Amino acid sequence: MTTTHTAQVSTPSDREVKVTRAFRAPRALVYRAYTEPALVQRWLLGPPGWTMPVCEMDVRVGGKYRWRWRSNEDQTEFGFSGVFREVEPGRKLVHTETYDAGSHAVGESGAESLVTVLFEEQDGITTLTSLMDFGSKEARDAAVATGMTDGIEQSYQLLDKLLAEPR
Amino acid sequence: MKEPAASERLDATFLALADPTRRAILARLARKEASVNELAEPFAMSQPAVSKHLRVLERAGLISVSQDGQRRPRRLEVRPLVEASAWIERYRDLWEQNYTRLDALLQELQEQPAKRTRKKS
Repeated sequence: MTTTHTAQVSTPSDREVKVTRAFRAPRALVYRAYTEPALVQRWLLGPPGWTMPVCEMDVRVGGKYRWRWRSNEDQTEFGFSGVFREVEPGRKLVHTETYDAGSHAVGESGAESLVTVLFEEQDGITTLTSLMDFGSKEARDAAVATGMTDGIEQSYQLLDKLLAEPR
Repeated sequence: MKEPAASERLDATFLALADPTRRAILARLARKEASVNELAEPFAMSQPAVSKHLRVLERAGLISVSQDGQRRPRRLEVRPLVEASAWIERYRDLWEQNYTRLDALLQELQEQPAKRTRKKS
């Protein structure tokens, strides 16, 4: 059986974004992959062409973390850092997340959100839920739009092509 | 100047799309342009009520008004819709790329004990 569980994105309120995704693995294992830096560095990479040279995580209440990505193409970097506010091993994480535009220089540094991550297992399938609260609608839209201009531009190009087609 | 209103435009689009009647109006206009009267008909709504929805849609740039003699039919404008869906889609894609890698990693981690046994034999 090869059920696909693609990520679902919703906006529960005008300052939040929720992403859910199911994984064919036990809860404890998904939690490990989410909290052990050596494992995190293997998947939390974003678009193709980026690596994650820095991944430090002190997963306990008050503990800090620092994530940094580097572009293979032009060596520019950006990152996130923050503090864990709640840690329920295997079940729940709450952490702050502060954006650093770094040398990649896309978006505004200093934007902070509060991220709640839930790990829920049923019949061997673990559902991972990330709820990001950006504090305001403006901050949310700005954060989500960061790094997504390419996507919108591509859509426009597709649209231009579509509209240019003879009817 | 900063891209003035990418996020404001998105706000207006999402606000406009958050209402089922407005989505139905858009679906209707996707088939063919229509006057306010024609739009009011299937929704069992007063003309002012429909006009109110149309104003929200207009503000979001989702519809435009054309002039056709006395008729002022409304037309669907697709651009904001494309932008809104691109927003969600692109965001989803970013996560999905990570999660596909996480899938592979989780599978590898679950297979590890078996690998070790195989090595021994």
